[in-house]
Amino acid sequence: MTILRPLTTPTTRRTATLPRSTLLRHLLLAVVAGVGLFVVTGALEPFRNYQLATVAAYLCATAGLTVLTGLNGQLSLGHGALMATGAYTVALTQNALADAGRPGGGYLLLSLALGVVVTVAAGAVIGAAAARLRGPYLAGVTLAVAVVVPALTTTFRGVLNSEQGLPVHLAPAPEALGPYFPYERWQAWIAVAGALLTLVLLANLTRSRFGRNLRAVRDDEVAARLAGIHVGRTQVLAFVVSAGCAGLGGGLLAVLAQSVSPGAFSLTLSLYLLMAIVIGGLGSLAGALWGALLLVALPAATHMITDLVDPPPAVAQRLDGNLSLAIFGVTLVVVMIAAPGGVQGLLRRAGRSVGARWRVPTGR
Amino acid sequence: MHRIAHRAFAIAACAVLVTALAACGGDGAGPDRAAVPGVTDTEILVGTHMPLTGPASAGYSKIAPATKAYFDHVNANGGVYGRKINYKIMDDGYNPATTQQVVRELVLQDKVFAILNGLGTPPHSGVLDFLNTSRVPDLFVASGSRAWNAPDRYPYTFGFNTDYTVEGKILATYVRNNLAGQKVCFFGQDDDFGQDSLAGVEQVLGATAVAVKQTYVTSNTNVAPQIGELKAGGCQVVVLATVPGFTALSIGTAARIGFAPTWLVSGVGGDYTTLAAQLGDAKGLLEGMLGVNYLPSAAATDDPWTTLFRKINDERNGGAAFDGNVVYGMSVGYLFVQALLAAGEDLTRQGLIDAIERGGFKGPGLAPLRFAKDNHSGYGGMRMIKVEQGKQDYFGPTYETDSGGGPVNEYPEAPPAPPANGIPSV
Repeated sequence: MTILRPLTTPTTRRTATLPRSTLLRHLLLAVVAGVGLFVVTGALEPFRNYQLATVAAYLCATAGLTVLTGLNGQLSLGHGALMATGAYTVALTQNALADAGRPGGGYLLLSLALGVVVTVAAGAVIGAAAARLRGPYLAGVTLAVAVVVPALTTTFRGVLNSEQGLPVHLAPAPEALGPYFPYERWQAWIAVAGALLTLVLLANLTRSRFGRNLRAVRDDEVAARLAGIHVGRTQVLAFVVSAGCAGLGGGLLAVLAQSVSPGAFSLTLSLYLLMAIVIGGLGSLAGALWGALLLVALPAATHMITDLVDPPPAVAQRLDGNLSLAIFGVTLVVVMIAAPGGVQGLLRRAGRSVGARWRVPTGR
Repeated sequence: MHRIAHRAFAIAACAVLVTALAACGGDGAGPDRAAVPGVTDTEILVGTHMPLTGPASAGYSKIAPATKAYFDHVNANGGVYGRKINYKIMDDGYNPATTQQVVRELVLQDKVFAILNGLGTPPHSGVLDFLNTSRVPDLFVASGSRAWNAPDRYPYTFGFNTDYTVEGKILATYVRNNLAGQKVCFFGQDDDFGQDSLAGVEQVLGATAVAVKQTYVTSNTNVAPQIGELKAGGCQVVVLATVPGFTALSIGTAARIGFAPTWLVSGVGGDYTTLAAQLGDAKGLLEGMLGVNYLPSAAATDDPWTTLFRKINDERNGGAAFDGNVVYGMSVGYLFVQALLAAGEDLTRQGLIDAIERGGFKGPGLAPLRFAKDNHSGYGGMRMIKVEQGKQDYFGPTYETDSGGGPVNEYPEAPPAPPANGIPSV
């Protein structure tokens, strides 16, 4: 499988300015980002907060996928289905809890955790099959997983309620925040917390021995095996980790939309996720962030364009559903030609050339 | 460590700056009218979600432009209490997940006064809770699901269509009186639409009377297996609870396998012009198709409401092909203007809800509107229609009934004549 050459992750320069312990450094960055976003959510309008929360939910999935595809070289077209697994688990758990008379907000953590656990289990099954397959066959299996979601909801309509989907029962924001606290800000907090947690865990993981194993398996399986790495196990584990992240992302999307339906987790979503990480910069968590931003920003931009141009109704009708897909595709082509490293690769190059001009003594 | 301090300070400074900028940006609106979102002295902003693309867009994509055309007509004649109605149409492709996005955009970003005529049972079900917890009037939903009629749980939601159970009861009454002894089957959408309709049919004919029951989902356009089942079951009468695209698919697929039962089609999926356009050269298959409706017939030449809507369509809707969807869209617009007028000059969200609950609206509909404090469902009856020689028109009396076990009665009252300029008055 010839996937684009992923970015190598530089770990050298940052160590000079931040703590030497990887865990401490990542935690510090997460806290700073958390505080910054906390302030930002207070200033944003509800709709912007909702978009921010959506970015955070997508980020969980794209970050997991970029570790799988970029660092381990396994291509998954089925991450939309894994997100659906997380989302439906959260929906079913929340509704069961509400029926059992426990609608409290604290139980949401339980539901989300359960969503991750169930998706991890699903990921282990798919991952075990995937580890035996290469290239287009692997893509084919994961593609089948993505396609089967709507059929599953129709077959088990008693539980999953077909295409109409399920509502997700959610408690209002905690009373301590006041009666008029915007719900979207509360949602943004939940989603951002989930995304930061995912990023910290993944950042540590990719810089650990396991992360080096992932890259070794990606670069040359035979060499990795000679070096004493269990290739199959590493691949399944990578899939499981990635599935867990997708499950959390899906669960958060269910919390944001307050409903789940197969239409939200179509094959298009799986393809979008893949395009997003490639455009953002394959294999880097920052690239996953750019990708998640694009996933939310591009459809919104499409609406703005159709609003501005104000085309005749017949043309607008054709554009509305399809323009965002076209823009996404064109962006992908342009990025691949102009900057094969994606947005993050471009930024890194720019940063390096600026850094070379104003060379700061970094202590090395 | 002082570098970290530097960075942290820089980030904090940026954050404070962003906060300050956002706070300044938010103070633009005047203090007076800011209390009612989407309403100024000169404008009322209203939004909707519609399938302009996708498998359910056939026919339905014409509804919102027709409503907008009616509003343009009202605006050109001075608006409602001097306010012009601005109707923002968003495409959701009949995908509940997209509906979530676009409705939030309308409510949170565009700050619409109300959502009007959001279309589809599955798409709209997903935003019911959001709209009601946000206290946004959710008016005249374009679907006949009984879910819209829940004044205690969803006080801001009102239906428009005759609900699917009432429709099922009236269709089944026709079957009982005119097609007795024939084998009756059912083919419906796999959601509240199909289920509510089937409940109505079984209410009248009995729980065991429907021999074969099949369902479809809009994401799968192959209905051959289901139609095959209906044929294998020896069905002579088939009740269709289908959207127009799937009505056409069903009738076309049946013709291909040599299956020709009597079709009875739901009002939302039985508009002749829409189906004929879908079937093209095979539109002759629609001959004899039975259905129900409650709004003026698009084919009528002597109905003053049809004449009025046709005139507005020619003047303000770019001469779109005039069909049942255009009549529907304009009827929705007419009712919304009636509601705005009843709510008075000092327009608030609660005022509008109170005005609709007072009820008493008379317009183009043949059946009565049921709005009251404890009833948020729309029209309460229907009249049979039939396609004869490429023309779809009414026959027989108008019936009314309830969504429960009540009897199906004739409704003798005819709709009033429309106002001369086509705009309701207080």
